[in-house]
Amino acid sequence: MPATDADRRAGLNRQATDSQAWTLVFVAWLIAGASTLGALFFGEVMRLPPCSLCWYQRIFMFPLAVILPFALFPFNRSVVQAALPLAGLGALVAAFHVLLVAGVIPERLEPCKAGVPCSETVIEWFGFVTIPLLSFAAFAAIAALLTFAYYRSSK
Amino acid sequence: MTQKNLFIGAAAALVVMFAGASMMYMSSKSGAPAAVPAASQAALVRAHAPTVGPADAPVTIVEFLDPACETCATFYPMVKELMAANPGKIRIVYRWAPFHNGSQDVVAMLEAARKQDKLWPALEALLASQAVWSPGHTPQSAAAFKQLEGLGLNREQMIADMAAPEIAQTIAQDLADAASLNVTMTPEFFVNGRPLPSFGWEQLTQLVNEALKATQKAP
Repeated sequence: MPATDADRRAGLNRQATDSQAWTLVFVAWLIAGASTLGALFFGEVMRLPPCSLCWYQRIFMFPLAVILPFALFPFNRSVVQAALPLAGLGALVAAFHVLLVAGVIPERLEPCKAGVPCSETVIEWFGFVTIPLLSFAAFAAIAALLTFAYYRSSK
Repeated sequence: MTQKNLFIGAAAALVVMFAGASMMYMSSKSGAPAAVPAASQAALVRAHAPTVGPADAPVTIVEFLDPACETCATFYPMVKELMAANPGKIRIVYRWAPFHNGSQDVVAMLEAARKQDKLWPALEALLASQAVWSPGHTPQSAAAFKQLEGLGLNREQMIADMAAPEIAQTIAQDLADAASLNVTMTPEFFVNGRPLPSFGWEQLTQLVNEALKATQKAP
């Protein structure tokens, strides 16, 4: 059966929305890549020891930098779906960490043992930007971008 | 295709930025680390600290040591050999940095053995048997005490001395000095008042050799 105009238009629309979704995932990957290298910079170059909550955030961030390119070439909605829980869980851990540093969650609930206390603030830029806050912003942005990309793209 | 180029370009940009920032950070930190400021030199060597080697040795190594620290146990015989290779030239001052939970009791045990002139055999026995009394990095003082049995120590005297206030004071002073000198890991070495540029055996021997050379030049 020859393609009708409606079919062709639908196809073009699909291409347009998928290319938008591609851009969203690409930006999410950029954030994940920058965050991964940033964490490595703090840890391996500046030699700041990561506390245990930082490790959990790394566990959710590093794989994002690795798997998101597989959602891009070719654009693959299932990989976006697989990446979403990583971003969501990372955002939860980061939110917990931010609240801990802010003192909203009392210290005794802190899951850290001997070593670096998670409530210790090692970096504070402009008076309010801490590493956990950067982490939360990155995870939240990635989760939002991936969610949009997932619902915008064609099945 | 443009998507692929965009991706490759962005990946390259991230890597270049990381490498550039690393190099900038390293070069801002490079060069020999400054010697401990004069005001803090007093915190390095205290009269109470156990010392090996002649008081007028040209090179003084200050080592912050935790008996439960594995790397300290690894370094101990190496430092001993380094001293033997340069007889009379090196003095080592040990400071306690019991960072492991429960290490303080073991340090108190060592200081009590010191009162019976058995510090070095006790320290060597404990470092050699570290895995037995500190399994999984959790020092157990009862198990550590057992390791000292064969050294002919007066047991009752040991137990009484371990609770002595001057020993608690020594530990508190050493920990305070460690904090003021920014010692956060063990072993930490200072050679003639200079910290290691970065941690490692080569860095330590290099600093010691430089110090030895500097003293040979002077008449």
